[in-house]
Amino acid sequence: MSRRLSLLPLLLLTLLGTMLASLSLGRYPLPPGEVLDFLLHQLGLGELEAQRQALLHNLIVDIRLPRVLTAVLVGAALSISGAAYQAVFRNPLVSPGLLGVLPGAAAGAALGLVFSDSWWIMQVAAFATGFLAVAIGVGIAGLFGGSLVMLVLGGIISGALFTALLSLVKYVADPYNQLPAIVYWLMGSLATADLPDLARVAIPMGLGILLLASLGRALDALSMGDDEAATLGLPIRSVRYGVIALATLISALTVSLAGVIGWVGLLVPHIARLITGPGNRLLLPASALLGAIFLLLADGLARNLAETEIPIGIVTELLGIPAFLLVLHRARKGWV
Amino acid sequence: MKLEARHLAFAYRQRLVLDGISLSLKPGQVVSLLGSNGAGKSTLLRLLLGLLQPARGELLLDGKPLEQWPRRQLARQLAYVPQIHSTPFPYTVTEVVLLGRLPAGSLFRSPSREDREIAATALEQVGIPHLAERPYTEISGGERQLALIARALAQGARLLIMDEPATGLDYGHQLRLLERLGQLAAAGYGVLMSTHHPEHALLASTRVLLLENGRIRAAGPPEQVLNPANLQALYDIPPGLLQRAMSCWQPAGPSSLSPPTKESFHVPEPHPRLPA
Repeated sequence: MSRRLSLLPLLLLTLLGTMLASLSLGRYPLPPGEVLDFLLHQLGLGELEAQRQALLHNLIVDIRLPRVLTAVLVGAALSISGAAYQAVFRNPLVSPGLLGVLPGAAAGAALGLVFSDSWWIMQVAAFATGFLAVAIGVGIAGLFGGSLVMLVLGGIISGALFTALLSLVKYVADPYNQLPAIVYWLMGSLATADLPDLARVAIPMGLGILLLASLGRALDALSMGDDEAATLGLPIRSVRYGVIALATLISALTVSLAGVIGWVGLLVPHIARLITGPGNRLLLPASALLGAIFLLLADGLARNLAETEIPIGIVTELLGIPAFLLVLHRARKGWV
Repeated sequence: MKLEARHLAFAYRQRLVLDGISLSLKPGQVVSLLGSNGAGKSTLLRLLLGLLQPARGELLLDGKPLEQWPRRQLARQLAYVPQIHSTPFPYTVTEVVLLGRLPAGSLFRSPSREDREIAATALEQVGIPHLAERPYTEISGGERQLALIARALAQGARLLIMDEPATGLDYGHQLRLLERLGQLAAAGYGVLMSTHHPEHALLASTRVLLLENGRIRAAGPPEQVLNPANLQALYDIPPGLLQRAMSCWQPAGPSSLSPPTKESFHVPEPHPRLPA
């Protein structure tokens, strides 16, 4: 048991190491030592030449840091919401997109791109429609009794609706400027966010991640079934809809930050389960940390593999398939 | 601590599925609930657990209406042992039992050292401490049932509601489980279980309820209630068939098997009689 608990600090250290590596890698590679020197200097420790300092500031703080922080936030948010959804729906094959948040947010973002130049408006539109899509899915389920199966079907219906709306927006978009922008954006990118943007969403996202991470035991109980969870004293409706709302909130925010990044929310909880076992108390925080690491690595490949950058969504999907096959191979005995 | 139902009725879409149900459960008792498929056994259990609201009648725990008990407090008095199931995720047996400590504190809390000790004690009480770190999905049905009982004990509840605890177990596990229930009753727990086996009721219980079409057909001590006339009517069995089924247990010779007797179980004697 203590071996398992020491996993989280270990994962946190790995994450910090990966962040450091990501800050030093790129078109102009820096030795990790120099990145550390710069960070120490920023904290008021150590000396650094002024010209060098300006260059490093530009490279690290202006260009790489937003990207690294975006990757950490988005990876953690998608993975922990995936793990939480899998527990709420008692199904290990569920991803955060189940209730339509990703198609919803995508349609909203496309709409924002067509009707406005402001990136900020697009962010708000993506977030709002992502939430709307889930609300419609949950609402449809509520009309038919609100069982888990109805929730899944409601999500499918709502997802189909917003996929159709997305196609409609693409169809009416100007094919020379807007359509390519929509298509690129749908492939996902960690490069668009700047530090002020990040600061705006980091607080709700961070809070959402922390709250979800603290609900592990409640989710364990919920995954045993409604009657059992209720007789264990759990307020099942509040927990279920609270977790859905939190997971929707943070997944919609990832779409508004970085577009649609597939696979992470399904794949990372499975990798985490191989390490921590299925108990959600450890699985949720471990998924968040591993998700951040995974997306940083994927972004490292996206930036460094070819001359031009490959969209991150494509990398996660290509990387995700062999990784998932590996997980399936390990997990044949059960969802270990 | 006493769970008492008075003239309960429950309707599902205007159709009355339970009516005029009165019963009580106290520590030291094993109450068996028998009835054909669709007689309303599961509905009654869910009512008793506060998972459904009765259309009429009263349901009291310790003299206080069940719906006035906060869920968490209720969970510390009254526990549900579901039918053997599997979980979608291979939690360890300890993790499953530790869920029984959920009502003991805040939702966001991690299990404490004390919780772990209670879980370990509960596993010892049901005789499966060696399975503590095994995945719940990989142990046998009988062991899973015991783990679920251990979870109920870890809740600290004195009254246990069990849904067909012997279903899906082989003969040996059925008998051992029934013996375990008798031991729990002797240790001061009250057990109400639904079952499809009259012989289980006969072996392990202090009181039997026969449920027929949502009404109580008969209630009382097992020897009195489980007579051929009641069984025949309850399960709609042709007269000759029941005769043959019962006679196959009669000893045919000195060397043949005889059915386990009541004395081989730790059922508290004499049966406490309840007011009707």
